[in-house]
Amino acid sequence: MMDAISPVLEVEDLCVSYGKVEALHHANIKVGAGQIVTVIGPNGAGKTTMLSAVMGLLPRSQGRIRFNGTDVGDAEVGVMVGYGVTLVPESRALFAEMSVEDNLLLGAFNRYRAGNRDQEQTKDEVFGIFPRLKERRNQYAGTLSGGERQMLALARALMAKPKVLMLDEPSLGLAPLIVREIFRVISSLKDTGVGILLVEQNARAALQVADYAYVLETGEIALEGLSKRLIDDPKVVESYLGLGGKQ
Amino acid sequence: MQQRYLLVAFIALLLIAPQLASEFHVTLLNYIGLYSIVAVGLVLLTGVGGLMSFGQAAFVGLGGYATAYLSTATELPGWAAFLGGSPWMGLLVGILLTAGVALLLGLLTLRLSGHYLPLGTIAWSISLYFLFGNLEFLGGHTGISGIPALTLFGLQMKDGRNFFYLIWAVVMVVVWLTLNLLDSREGRAIRALKGGVVMAEAMGVDTARSKVVIFLIAALFGCISGWLYAHLQRFVNPTPFSLYMSIEYLFMAVLGGAGHVWGALVGAGVITILKQWLQDWLPKLFGASGNFEMIVFGFLLVFVLQRARDGIWPILTRLIPQRASIRTVVAAEPLPTKALPDAGQVLLEANNVVKRFGGLVANNNMNLMVRAGEIMALIGPNGAGKSTMFNCVSGVDRATEGKVLFRGREVTSLDSREIAKLGMSRTFQHVRLLATMSVLENAAIGAHLRGSKAVLSSMLHLERAEEKRLLAEAARQVERVGLKDSMFEAAGSLALGQQRTLEIARALCADPCLLLLDEPAAGLRYLEKQALAELLRKLRGEGMGILLVEHDMDFVMGLADRVVVMEFGEKIAEGLPEEVQRNPAVIEAYLGGVE
Amino acid sequence: MDLQIALLLGQDGITNGAIYALLSLALVLVFAVTRVIFIPQGEFVAFGALTLASFQAGKTPGTLWLLIGAGVAVALIDLSVALRAGHVRRIPRIVAWNLVYPAAAAALIFLVKPNEMPLLAQIVLSLALVVPLGPLTYRLAYQPLAEASVLVLLIVSVAVHLALVGLGLLFFGAEGSRTPAFSDGSIVIGSLTVTGQTLWVLGASLMLIVVLAVFFERTIYGKALRATAMNRTGARLMGISTVMAGKLSFLLASLIGAFSGILIAPITTIYYDTGFLIGLKGFVGAIVGALSSYPLAAAGALLVGLLESYSSFWASAFKEVIVFTLIIPVLVWLSLTTRHVEEEE
Repeated sequence: MMDAISPVLEVEDLCVSYGKVEALHHANIKVGAGQIVTVIGPNGAGKTTMLSAVMGLLPRSQGRIRFNGTDVGDAEVGVMVGYGVTLVPESRALFAEMSVEDNLLLGAFNRYRAGNRDQEQTKDEVFGIFPRLKERRNQYAGTLSGGERQMLALARALMAKPKVLMLDEPSLGLAPLIVREIFRVISSLKDTGVGILLVEQNARAALQVADYAYVLETGEIALEGLSKRLIDDPKVVESYLGLGGKQ
Repeated sequence: MQQRYLLVAFIALLLIAPQLASEFHVTLLNYIGLYSIVAVGLVLLTGVGGLMSFGQAAFVGLGGYATAYLSTATELPGWAAFLGGSPWMGLLVGILLTAGVALLLGLLTLRLSGHYLPLGTIAWSISLYFLFGNLEFLGGHTGISGIPALTLFGLQMKDGRNFFYLIWAVVMVVVWLTLNLLDSREGRAIRALKGGVVMAEAMGVDTARSKVVIFLIAALFGCISGWLYAHLQRFVNPTPFSLYMSIEYLFMAVLGGAGHVWGALVGAGVITILKQWLQDWLPKLFGASGNFEMIVFGFLLVFVLQRARDGIWPILTRLIPQRASIRTVVAAEPLPTKALPDAGQVLLEANNVVKRFGGLVANNNMNLMVRAGEIMALIGPNGAGKSTMFNCVSGVDRATEGKVLFRGREVTSLDSREIAKLGMSRTFQHVRLLATMSVLENAAIGAHLRGSKAVLSSMLHLERAEEKRLLAEAARQVERVGLKDSMFEAAGSLALGQQRTLEIARALCADPCLLLLDEPAAGLRYLEKQALAELLRKLRGEGMGILLVEHDMDFVMGLADRVVVMEFGEKIAEGLPEEVQRNPAVIEAYLGGVE
Repeated sequence: MDLQIALLLGQDGITNGAIYALLSLALVLVFAVTRVIFIPQGEFVAFGALTLASFQAGKTPGTLWLLIGAGVAVALIDLSVALRAGHVRRIPRIVAWNLVYPAAAAALIFLVKPNEMPLLAQIVLSLALVVPLGPLTYRLAYQPLAEASVLVLLIVSVAVHLALVGLGLLFFGAEGSRTPAFSDGSIVIGSLTVTGQTLWVLGASLMLIVVLAVFFERTIYGKALRATAMNRTGARLMGISTVMAGKLSFLLASLIGAFSGILIAPITTIYYDTGFLIGLKGFVGAIVGALSSYPLAAAGALLVGLLESYSSFWASAFKEVIVFTLIIPVLVWLSLTTRHVEEEE
């Protein structure tokens, strides 16, 4: 199924260790252009570790990452950003004492450095997606509400015009109404052709927007398949709630 | 055992050295000894404690000038006349002065983040240097001469060979005291200062006090070195006590191996000899006079920090074949335990706890109660505010509003150290172990509050009986959680699940009546989880209260008596495990949904 | 002390204070971006002043040799890294900045006669030699340790400071230098005569502060530096590399340092090791700003300048003691207002 589209991001046999402790074992993941792929799983399963390793924030102890078919080697963050891979981390990592506008401008830093000067236009496009941010354009990022912060983090990532957008727990700590808004935006991004790798604990929301899903458990991919199939799979429910067999 | 032979050989070498070496080399060795004393203090302060001082030479100066002034003073006022004339009075006054200054500086800077101590000591160092140079009664820049020679056991120490034995005896005593201190209850607390402050505080360690203690000890070592220096040289002026000398001391400690006491001697030796050699050669090379060795030292140190951050000593010890030693824990009388409260008695009560971080509300009106002899589980999705709640009740963080009562006493605004004293002990979600210390020693930090012997008896090793009991207790708890086979391994080499288990052993060492466990089962295998559940049931049976934050629902459901579910910082459900599991709001919170 | 003297001392204090303020801004900047406590800041002051003095004396300043040496060292390291990683495209850039630029500077100095050039050209030439030493120092000493603790970085700073002071002695000798004033004129306001150099120092400092403010507030690179200081991971995720931010902040610090040195060279005799004390006074200012607030740091630095000036009148032998004990009340205040057990990295 996945092979039908040629993947923009391929993660092959990826392992990550913290000292002697291995946190991710032989993960294989593919993301196609214009596709939403989700990695779900309980807390501590290694989801964030995986994204950090793909992004080059953490050293990869084994495995290969291909971007548009090219092996990226041991490329670290800066190089990955250059390729067009962007990560919105769980912490959002906003620049708290800078205005919304400056945060957005810095989202385009790498493109600016590469000689592109279309920041104003990109900003208008992004404001079109998040009108609320336009209202708050001069406000410090640190004064925004939780939902607005997540929107800003997402908007800032879009300023980089990514080919692959990785989102770590975008729904974390947000009220249901805002989660819905964020997920609406995520699913609308598909049409722009960006490949999205979505890591979520909020499994249902993630499965509803995603095309394909992987279930990560204690550092290993336990299950994968089309989202619409996994959404009713009792094994997914089990891995979250332990509603199944009790010892 | 091999190390003991090396030590004997080293002492033998020291004993015969003055008989074989030339006058020049004895003098050189004397200086190495004097510098070693200061460097050992810096190893304790910087290498072990992670604090940094640029004021060591100034402390040496205090020691030197105190004795220089008092032992030569002719015009002391009547009330102070008894202080004059004797080097021993000079030593005493020097020590008191140093202790006073170090205490003041320490209290001022050590509560602040790490870089204020070095900056504060730079300022202090420069101030004192200019004071020495400008105070008339201290001889200004010319200094004080005519300092009397020391007389020890009737022997007047006028030449370098005699003095050699005194200096090196002091070096060996200083090393012995420092090694003893590090190998003790207080020493474990000191070793926790670098990277383990939050954990140590939660185990009842007063880390601010530990910091002041090592700063004081390092300053006093400096003072003693200065006293010896004054009576060896029989002359003092401000130059050897300048900031540059402080920097050189720091280099000695870092180069030798900042975390290793013996490394201080190596560092002092290498820097002193190198300096001597460079001062001979560089001016000839450059055709000008000046302290060009600075250039070499600067480059050398940057190189060492980039390539071998732990200095020379660890490289040296790698050359010596280490025989695997069998380490055992000596059996000792168990420590007294506190009687646990009766089952059913309320231990912990949180009333309307609110915690805000800036504009974000992490906990909103949270209520919680834990009784003795029950396991209460706090569950909820990621980011629900469970760990924040945990930090608020254990004093690691402070609630913005609301009240926390522990055993009927209000503890809302107490530090975690104070709460630990009342019988609450906890583990951390992000494991907080001291990676290079052994499993046993890590556990023993938990027993900190059950010992009482302080720094002085630790330095003299007069606390061995208590220490044996503390270690025996730590061993017992390590065994109890199933880590007996890794007792002497470095904690950092354990698998993550085992590290979490070790956190439990450490918490149990405190003899708590309430145990707070933050995700203890994460990363454990099935059988290990079973064993952990068994242990927790047993503790509950003994009457301990347990508050558990957990994600593994399976684990919680089979174990907990009551469950509280959190979402968005608020309680959304409370009750028996089965009830909670069927609650639609809980299922919604865990699986989420967009519609 | 009569009013005349008081005003004179105040003028002195403000002049020096302005310099300390510049330095304290650089220190806060470097610390915020790289976590480096930049002890060698003072050496750039001395190098700036002494390089200018060398040009005026018709000598070739030793900083030229340092620039060439550091350039060659960085080129060797970076070239071997680039070749091993197969980044052939980076080679021209490495060669241009680290080898061609110093060589061109050397050629220029030997071709023209700097001592016959106008003052402005001499200043530009001095800055061209000294300022690149900032990023080169970052590359050689700090970059390999960028992830180390504040403590380790501080020890590196001390080591770099020692090496640079030693090199300063080697290049410029133990003799001090003083350069002629930028202008001989003076303005008389009431009973106070304000010298031209004072106006130069104040004007130039103010201008530099404005330029820096514009850089940080209006340019994307300035914002990138601020972003790195606020959230390192966030900045890296935007493609703002730690190395670039480090080199840029060191470039600004060395520029501020060297420029300050050139400004005060006509007022004070500068020796190879004078920079250290001047830099430390900037530090006292920075500490007043708790190493994080630019305006407070600048205000603190001005206070240091005034305190120094007035205490040199009352108790000149103890002026350093008085200046450095100023940090005690500041530390007391900080320790009373900070309540937080900090976990060190």
